[in-house]
Amino acid sequence: MRKRIRGRHLVLVALAALVGALVVPSIGVSKSTGLPTSIGKGEGALTLVAWQGYTEAAWVKPFEKQTGCKVSAKYAASSDEMVSLMRTGGGGQYDMVSASGDASLRLIYGGDLAPANVKLVPAWHNFFAAFKNPATNTVKGVHYGISLQFGPNLLLYNTKKEKKPTSWSVIYDAKNKGKITIPNNPIQIADAALYLSKTQPSLGITDPYELTQTQFDAAIKLLKAQHPLVKKYWGTASDQTDLFKNGASTLGASWPYMLSQLLTAKAPVAGVIPKEGATGWLDTWMLSSKAKHPNCAYKWWNYVSSPKVQALQATTYGETPVNSKACPLMDKLSKGSCAVYKANAPDAYYRSLKYWKTPLTDCGNGKKDCVPYTKWVTAWTSQVLG
Amino acid sequence: MTEGPARSGPLRSLSRLAWRRPWLKALGQLVPPLGAFVVVYVAALVALLITGFWTTDEFTNEVVRVWGLGNFHDLIHTPAWRTVTVRTVLIASAVTVTCAVLAVPYAYFMARIAPPRLRVALLVASILPLWVSYLVRVYSWRLILNPDGALNWALAKLHLPQQSILYSNTALWLVFTYIWFPFMVLPVYAALERVPGSYLEASADLGAHAMTTFRRIVFPLAIPGIAAGSIFTFSLTLGDYIAPSLVGGTNSQLIGSTIYSNFQLNLPFAAAFSAVPLVIMAAYLVVMKRLGAFENL
Repeated sequence: MRKRIRGRHLVLVALAALVGALVVPSIGVSKSTGLPTSIGKGEGALTLVAWQGYTEAAWVKPFEKQTGCKVSAKYAASSDEMVSLMRTGGGGQYDMVSASGDASLRLIYGGDLAPANVKLVPAWHNFFAAFKNPATNTVKGVHYGISLQFGPNLLLYNTKKEKKPTSWSVIYDAKNKGKITIPNNPIQIADAALYLSKTQPSLGITDPYELTQTQFDAAIKLLKAQHPLVKKYWGTASDQTDLFKNGASTLGASWPYMLSQLLTAKAPVAGVIPKEGATGWLDTWMLSSKAKHPNCAYKWWNYVSSPKVQALQATTYGETPVNSKACPLMDKLSKGSCAVYKANAPDAYYRSLKYWKTPLTDCGNGKKDCVPYTKWVTAWTSQVLG
Repeated sequence: MTEGPARSGPLRSLSRLAWRRPWLKALGQLVPPLGAFVVVYVAALVALLITGFWTTDEFTNEVVRVWGLGNFHDLIHTPAWRTVTVRTVLIASAVTVTCAVLAVPYAYFMARIAPPRLRVALLVASILPLWVSYLVRVYSWRLILNPDGALNWALAKLHLPQQSILYSNTALWLVFTYIWFPFMVLPVYAALERVPGSYLEASADLGAHAMTTFRRIVFPLAIPGIAAGSIFTFSLTLGDYIAPSLVGGTNSQLIGSTIYSNFQLNLPFAAAFSAVPLVIMAAYLVVMKRLGAFENL
């Protein structure tokens, strides 16, 4: 009999421990209006879905030391993967995601995110105006995350084997057959549309993400003609760096991350924004509505928004910080980098790029005849890749 | 368990009942493994097939549970999906045939000619690659086939023209053949080892040429082994999506890669597409059963 009682006690203790484990993390964040009003004690862990290069040891290690929040990050290769990762297992498996504009709205309207209290992130007040309430993360005055960094998608070229290109036309030119690498990503259709908006004005493309069927078909036609010229549709960042390192490719649509990786590896590579302009992204750290470590998440928001970490990430990855105080610190890390990434006056630069966003049937002008993103994906896999 | 051997009690009466009714005992023994099989394998497959009849929300990409045949309609009527299916079957067939052509002489040598020590060494050598991660093996082929990789280095030393095979269907075929080869060698070896030596002697006594013996005796007896191996090489190629993304070219979209690129955004369509390899494999298994493949598994 004694054994039995002890056994029951053990069960009770285990249950209490389980309930305790579930309740304790939420104590620090007292909820009244749905928004936390203070940041409590860290939960000891933080799980992130991030772009490759966003959770480098250079700034993650000091964060872990400062806060005791052990960071575990999973890299996602595309916005689609980010959306799906944040929803796996009903959500809650990951606390935060570094979402770009083409994923953020899907997550907001999908109910996957918790609103953020910007009052708990003092650095937010030093952000340039464009990044305090951008449409990619702020809906009807509610903030779903804190802006992080932004930048362009670049045209990468091998400086020994290619002349400096001035136009995106080089990646559609039959002369360059077998040298070109393109992201295996449906959002690439917007790059084709941006190019067409300048080279075929009669199509009347004003926004590369809001395309009527005719404009969309023209972009797909251009990409289908490009298909035989392509060496490889790359899946991950390291795929493309390999291709440029071993000389299999000398021209490609790319991200600044690959450029900085290749330059570190002393590869003869440079990147340009051609005369047609470029697509780009504004990334936001967003918090899952089912996050298990909300206190560590707020600590992370504060940490990555601070001028020092903003400058460090900007110079490492090759992008522009949203915090206005990061510029002088960037120059300290790498001379002239503030001007290179236009971190001194980013508002005008920000407006010159066409940011990733989710294509919708709603064209933004009252009409509902645009091609939605699901059709982009189908067209990309069935027509372009074939 | 801690209470020791009890003379009466629920356990005891249960065991008495099982002794009196043997069918109940059998049922009790079969339910746990069968239950696990049904829940883990069958239920997952059924859930997958059901998902194929649903659709997705165009904006948030969440699954909408509205029934319809739209996905299957798209599957049949989109030319690209037919191309992808045919391409996948062709590559899987090419890989299977190549593996068989390489495996039969290799297995014959192991089973019939090699002295015992060499036989063990060869057997270990053929399954050795399986001890290394799949990804490592695929990446190592990337290093070999790179423009400045081992292959071109060797060709340059031999004064032969440089090749650029990486990122093409040829590379895919090479890599798949290499990766699935052990799965072909082992069943073929098992089949050939069972061929009685007296058959070969009888054939020779009757004046048959070595080639005739191989064609009329050895090969027919190896067929069940080849069929068993081909089930592995064929089905594994049919479902793979990693090798196409790592060494495949611009025309290397296979069934697996199509499912992979759709499952995040359009889960129902990916589920519908996954019915295609299931159907192909079911048909393939029926044919292979006729060839006696299941005797060698």
